[in-house]
Amino acid sequence: MIEYQNIFTQVQVDAPDYPGVPIGRDEYNRIGGITHSWLAGKLGDAQIGPIYLGPFGVLSLIFGFMAFEIIGLNMWASVNWDPIEFIRQLPWLALEPPAPQYGLSIPPLNEGGWWLLAGFFLTAAILLWWWRTFRLSQQLGMSNYLAWAFGAAIWLYLVLGFFRPILMGSWSEAVPFGLFPHLDWTAAFSLRYGNLFYNPFHMLSIAFLYGSAILFAMHGATILAVSRYGGDREIDQVTDIGTAGERSMLYWRWCMGFNASMESIHRWAWWFAVLTVITGGIGILLTGTVVENWYLWGVKHGIAPAYPAVDAALVVDPLMTEAQ
Amino acid sequence: MNIKQLLSSAAVAWVSTAFLVACEAPPPESVQRGPAGTGMALVYNSDDLSDVIANNIAPEASPQLPATGPKAGDIYQNVEVLGDLSIGQFTRLMTSITEWVSPEEGCNYCHVAEGFHLDTKYTKKVARVMIAMTQRANQDWGDHVGNVGVTCYTCHRGKNVPEYVWTNDPGRPHAPGIMTAGQNIASKNAAYSSLPNDPFSMYLEGDEATAKDLPWRVAGNTALPKGNNPANIKDTEWIYSLMMHFSDSLGVNCTHCHNTRAFYDWEQSSPERVRAWHGIRMVREMNNNFINRTTDWLPEHRKGPLGDPLKVNCGTCHQGAYQPLLGAEMIKDYPTLTRYDDATKAVYVDDVE
Repeated sequence: MIEYQNIFTQVQVDAPDYPGVPIGRDEYNRIGGITHSWLAGKLGDAQIGPIYLGPFGVLSLIFGFMAFEIIGLNMWASVNWDPIEFIRQLPWLALEPPAPQYGLSIPPLNEGGWWLLAGFFLTAAILLWWWRTFRLSQQLGMSNYLAWAFGAAIWLYLVLGFFRPILMGSWSEAVPFGLFPHLDWTAAFSLRYGNLFYNPFHMLSIAFLYGSAILFAMHGATILAVSRYGGDREIDQVTDIGTAGERSMLYWRWCMGFNASMESIHRWAWWFAVLTVITGGIGILLTGTVVENWYLWGVKHGIAPAYPAVDAALVVDPLMTEAQ
Repeated sequence: MNIKQLLSSAAVAWVSTAFLVACEAPPPESVQRGPAGTGMALVYNSDDLSDVIANNIAPEASPQLPATGPKAGDIYQNVEVLGDLSIGQFTRLMTSITEWVSPEEGCNYCHVAEGFHLDTKYTKKVARVMIAMTQRANQDWGDHVGNVGVTCYTCHRGKNVPEYVWTNDPGRPHAPGIMTAGQNIASKNAAYSSLPNDPFSMYLEGDEATAKDLPWRVAGNTALPKGNNPANIKDTEWIYSLMMHFSDSLGVNCTHCHNTRAFYDWEQSSPERVRAWHGIRMVREMNNNFINRTTDWLPEHRKGPLGDPLKVNCGTCHQGAYQPLLGAEMIKDYPTLTRYDDATKAVYVDDVE
């Protein structure tokens, strides 16, 4: 008997070469040979390939590569084409958006024009890839949950780099491309707009993000725990509940009085994941456009309580004391 | 579960735990300050703290000498500062300065054998400016230096040139025609963030009128936009970089001064923030009115790549400690450095104000 109580998959899912269902005239989009890998079988299906790339996938990769090159070459140029410095400094390097004085105009390439170009190519690549996720679902006769979920992430991406800068009237409000630089940008963003933690949409986004993680853990653990009773055939059990589904649902009913169904748990997971980025995007979009200081907004609406002062001595803004 | 599986599971669990907790060793210690609920926790790494303690020990004071007797200014020639000290006090201070600044080179680091009064060496002229600067700090910048005060040792620590100084940053080499935005390169100045790597030239020198208009207070002070705050994210990154320098130089985190729930709010800040506010102005005066005045006659090897002298920032005195020399009140033993006399005032201080 196969033992399931292990953190790794104990079953090698492997079979003779199988290219997938016939897809008619789009057959030429499905490319690449078929190989079988024991290591891949430890993580998932042992068969690798073929891949359905299609014209949109190809274009997306080309555009993505162009964005990657523009960003990388700008970073390399910023260390004078020194290969060693490029590797050493890589986490610090960036391609910055244009300076504030350019507003929404198109600056010279070396003053942020490259940032606009990289942003254009990256956005094009992402949108083309989105169309591909949509297309693949169609080809397989699936509905479009995957495409809409990816679309939600694209919403957040577009808010950060496109919609909000346009509303603020300056490309300089957008995020730089770079590892540390985009993190420092995030911290500066919160400092400028009075602490993003008081932004209720930021709160929701965090709740959905952490919620997604815990839902994923609860669901994965529950299904693995009943897989000895066939629980991994969860979709069968949506309509024809077996002892696995019965036990897993009873577990949560006994645990907290309420349980999701074999079907609804997947809706829970989907909505939590999707709302993470939808609420996050709303929170960013409102920052600076509608709200100037989220802490003061929180005070105004009674969500930021007052605490005793840190020190017995009253601390006063020295500019105020000087003015007197 | 067989032994092999048990072992491999244990190994994975151990490695992932180590990966997650090994971000900082030893584990940081957290100190609550102010009332509970304010989140004003100070975070320390005990290894770093031992280093700070070891590196910030004040030297023993040399014995005091009587203030009576003839004045140095009457006996010696070419004494511009310290002229009203007694010969004993003057000699004691000179000996101390030698220990603090040039323990290996001795008197000859500044003086020449042909006559101790001669200004042959630039170092003697620098010392004069530095003494005036120190006296000014102790007499008029009490809001920043408090009872700890400043002596030559605060910065020099037995070295000719203090360890932590700065000059205008010419920027790193980059391909022509590429914007670098003065940031996005590993730099000690910005505490290894990717923030602007020379916040000093902008904030810690230059005239007060210009300084007033710099992006200091970037956070909005109204809940909704009123169109009265032009600060943008890039402005924020500049002052953020200076704050990273503060934090790094003092070995403290943001909560030493700020309540991080509302960085901008003075009433929720600690009194240290006001102290730091005065410190910024003190340092700017030191750089503008004392150090930069030596530019014309300072030798090239004591200047930065853009020809400006080595200047002062928070690290110059603090050297990793929240108070220089961890708050040792060294200045008590050197009262001669706590005030300037009329002659010094006439030369150095009058046009400061």
